Amino acid sequence: MSTETKPDIDIDRSVGDFRYEMDYAFDAGVGLTEATIDYISDVKGDPDWVRAFRKEGYRKFLEKPMPTHWATKDLESIVFENIRYYLSQGQVPKRTWDEVPDDIKRTFERLGIPEQERKFLSGVEAQFDSEAAYSNIKAAVGEQGVIFVGSTEGLKEHPEIFKKWFGKVIPSGDNKFSALNSAVFSGGSFIYVPPGVKVKHPLQAYFRINAQNFGQFERTLIIVDEGAELTYMEGCTAPKFETATLHSAVVELVAMKGAKIQYITVQNWSSNVFNLVTKRGIAHEDAEVKWIDCNIGSRLTMKYPGVVMKGKGARGEVVSIALSGDGQHQDTGAKMIHAADNTTSNIISKSISLGTGRSTYRGMVHVPKHLKGCKNNTECDALLINSHSRTDTYPAISVRGQGNAVQHEASVSQISAEQIFYMQQRGLSEAAAMSLAVNGFVNDLVQQFPMEYSVELKRLIDLEMEGSVG
Amino acid sequence: MSITTTLPAETGNSTNWPEWFSKDQNEAWELFQSLPQPKRNDEPWRFANLKSIDLSDFHVSVPVQDGASLITRSSAHTNLAAKLIFANEVLIHNDQAGLPAGVLLLPLEEAAKNHEKLFRKSFMTSDVRLGSKKFAALHQAHLRSGAFVYVPKGVVVERPIEIWHWVEGENATIFPHTLVVLEEGASATVIDHFMSSRDERSLAIAVNDLTVETNAKLHYVAVQEWSDKMTAFHINTTEVEKEGVSTALQMNLGGAYVRGESDSHLLGEGSRSVMLSINPATGNREIDQRTFQDHFAPRATSDLLYHNALADSSRTIFAGLIKVEEHAHETDAYQKVRNLMLSDEAEANSMPGLEILADNVRCSHGATSGELNEDELFYMMARGIAPKQAAQLIVRGFFGTVLERLENEELQAHLGEILDRKLNL
Repeated sequence: MSTETKPDIDIDRSVGDFRYEMDYAFDAGVGLTEATIDYISDVKGDPDWVRAFRKEGYRKFLEKPMPTHWATKDLESIVFENIRYYLSQGQVPKRTWDEVPDDIKRTFERLGIPEQERKFLSGVEAQFDSEAAYSNIKAAVGEQGVIFVGSTEGLKEHPEIFKKWFGKVIPSGDNKFSALNSAVFSGGSFIYVPPGVKVKHPLQAYFRINAQNFGQFERTLIIVDEGAELTYMEGCTAPKFETATLHSAVVELVAMKGAKIQYITVQNWSSNVFNLVTKRGIAHEDAEVKWIDCNIGSRLTMKYPGVVMKGKGARGEVVSIALSGDGQHQDTGAKMIHAADNTTSNIISKSISLGTGRSTYRGMVHVPKHLKGCKNNTECDALLINSHSRTDTYPAISVRGQGNAVQHEASVSQISAEQIFYMQQRGLSEAAAMSLAVNGFVNDLVQQFPMEYSVELKRLIDLEMEGSVG
Repeated sequence: MSITTTLPAETGNSTNWPEWFSKDQNEAWELFQSLPQPKRNDEPWRFANLKSIDLSDFHVSVPVQDGASLITRSSAHTNLAAKLIFANEVLIHNDQAGLPAGVLLLPLEEAAKNHEKLFRKSFMTSDVRLGSKKFAALHQAHLRSGAFVYVPKGVVVERPIEIWHWVEGENATIFPHTLVVLEEGASATVIDHFMSSRDERSLAIAVNDLTVETNAKLHYVAVQEWSDKMTAFHINTTEVEKEGVSTALQMNLGGAYVRGESDSHLLGEGSRSVMLSINPATGNREIDQRTFQDHFAPRATSDLLYHNALADSSRTIFAGLIKVEEHAHETDAYQKVRNLMLSDEAEANSMPGLEILADNVRCSHGATSGELNEDELFYMMARGIAPKQAAQLIVRGFFGTVLERLENEELQAHLGEILDRKLNL
C-alpha cells in the first residue's frame, strides 16, 4: 500500500493542555547550585541525613557524563541552568479538597481527579509542581495500618521504615538523572502496607506540572510487607510550553516475601517535557512486582522499569505500551535481574510510531552464575504507520550456566493493506479502519489495565482521523 | 618489536607493493596510532574482555621453518578448482589448474600492481564501523600479501577455491586478507582456512572484502581452526548488488579470543545476504561477534542465523543490528541467535538490535538461551548411547540446522565432516 494514502493519526493530548497563572510562595529560582539544595532542605525542614544525601547526589550528578554514548543526543538540549528546581505554595498537603487553594483545585477538578477518587480509589495524592497539594486515604484503608503520605512526611514521620529502603533499590549514583533526583527530590509518595493487608482499590497519585521551565523531581518509595498486596496508579500531565520542561522521578518498590505490587503509569506529558525516570523494584521470595507502563506524551521519554528478583520464586513483569507521534521519541523498555533460583520474568512491549515519531525498546535481562530454573520471556512488537516513522530494538541478554531458559523475540510490522481493504469492504472509512487496526494491535495489553484506566487509555488512543485521508 | 609501536617500513619486511599502496599503508599506520584503544564504555565493545585486545606484545612473523609439511597438512576438500596456501603471509603453494578462463586468482600485491583499477574498487573501501576500525588500520599498515579472487561477468566456477592461512611462532602476527569480486552473473565458492602450525599463542588480524555484483552468487566459508591460545580478529564487509546472493558462513572452531565483525550492505534491489555462524565454544574461549545487516535498497532480504554451543568456562557475545534505511521499503530481514548452554560456568550475551526507518518491512529477531533437551538425551541413552556421546550428537544436530542453510549439498557434507572431526564424532 502506498505510503501517501495512509492517513495521519493524531492522538488527543489536549486534555492536559491548559494552565492557570500562579504565584508561588516558595521558589528556589533558576539553575542548580549547592545553594539551591540548601534552599530546598531549609524550606522542607530536612533532617541532616537527608541534606547530606542530597549533597552526595548533587556531587554524583556533576560527576556523571550524559549517557549519550548510547542514548539520543537530544539529551544535550536540556539546559540545566535554565530550569527551576523547586516551586510550591506550601509543604503540607491538604486532607480535603475544600482546603486546597482554589487556583490549584480547579486544575485537578478539570482533570477529573476528585471525581475519580470518590468513584474507585482507596486514596489520592495530587502533586502540583514540587509539592503535593492534596493527600488523602480512605479511613477504612488507613485503619488497616496502610500508610500513604508524601515523601517528606514519610521520611520525617516513619524514619524507621523509610531509611531502611530509601536509596537502596536505586542508589543515587545509578545514573545521572537518579543522581539529580537525589539532589533535589520533592514530592512523590511513601506507602507502607502491613503484612497480610490486601488493599482492595488502587491508590493513586497524580502529577501536574504547571510552571514553565520547571523540573519535577518526585520520589516514590513503596514497601509492601509479607503477603500484602497493592495496586498503585499514577498519571501525569503538563500544559504545552514554548520551552522544555524536565520530569525526572525515582520510584523504588519493595515487595517482601509473598507480596504483590502492581504499579501502573499512564504518562501523557505535553510534547515539550523531557521525561527521564528511573523505576526499579525488589521482589523477595515468592513476591511479584509488575510494572504496567504506558507512554503517550512527552518529547523524549527514557524509562526502563526494572525488577530485581532477589528471593526464590520471585516474579517480575513489565507490560509496556508506547505511542510516538510527530517529533516524539519514546525510549522505553525493561530491566530484569535474576538473583535467585526459580525466578521468572516476562516483558511484553508494544510500540506504535506515527508520523516522524520514533519508538525505541531497550532491554536488559541478566541471569548470573549458579542459578537454576530461571525463565525469561521477552516479546517486542512494533507497528510503523508512516514512511517517516522509526522504530529500534536494543536488547541485551546475559545468561550464565545451564538450567535456565531465556527467549527474546521482536517483530516489526505494518497495518496490512489487506486488513484495511477488508474493513473498507464492510463499509468502514479508511480512517476508521486504521483506528480499529491500531486499537487491535494494543488491545490485549490494554485489557491488563484496571477497567477505569483501560477506558481512559482507549480514549487517549482514540485516533482523530477526521480530514486526514487525502 | 611490537606491531603496535613499530612502523611497518622499519620491520624490514619489504614487499612488492606499488608506491601508491605503500602510501596508503603509511596513512593507515597514522590512523591506527591516532585512534584510541577501545574502552569499557564503548558500546561496540560492551561485554568484551578488553584485556584480550591489548596487542602490545605481538610482533611480526618470520618465514616458517617447514613449509612442505604445512602444504601436506592443507588438505580438506578433494574436488577443488584452485588452492592457495599462505604460511606467515608468504605464498608457499599455488595450484589453479581447475580455474575457468578469465578468472583471476592472484596474490594481492600482484593484483595491486597489474589490476590497479579492480583492486582499488574493492579493497577496504567501506568504513569499518562495528568497533575494529583501529585494528583494520593496523591490518592495512602491516599487510604483506593475501588472496585476490576475481570472477568476470557470467563465469561460473563450479568447484570451490580454497585459501589456507597458516600462522607459526609464539607471539607472531599475521594479517590474512581475502578479496573476492564476482561480476554480473558470476558464481563461485570460496573457502578460507585459518590454521595454527603449532599450539602457540599468536595473533591474526584478518580482513575480507566480498563484492557480489548484479545477479552474481557467492558462497563464502571461513573455517577457523586456530590454536586454543590464539587471539584473532575477523573483519568482514560484504556488498551485494541487485538480485545478487551472498551466503557466508563463519565456523569458529578454535582460538582463545575471537572477534568477528560481519558487515553486510544490501545495495541493490532484490539482493540477498545470508549470514551464518557455527560456534562450539570450549575451555576459556571467548567468541565476540558483531554483525550488521544494512538495507539500502528496496525488496532486499537478509537472514542471519548464529548457533553457539557453550561448554566449560566459555563466553559468547553476539551483538547484531538490522538497519532498514529510509526508502528501503519491502525489506525482509531476519536475525536469530541461539545459545545452547552446556556448562554452569559458561556465559552467553546476546544483543540483537533493530533500527527501522522505512515502512512496509518485515523484520524479526530472536535470541534464545537454553539447555540440552532431557527427552532427547533420554531417548538416545535408552538406545545405549553414552551420555557424553549423546550430548555431542545433539550439539552436532544443533549446528546441522545452520549447515542446512547452505544451498550446496557437497559443501554441506564437506563442512559436516570437519565438524564431526572437531566434535570427536
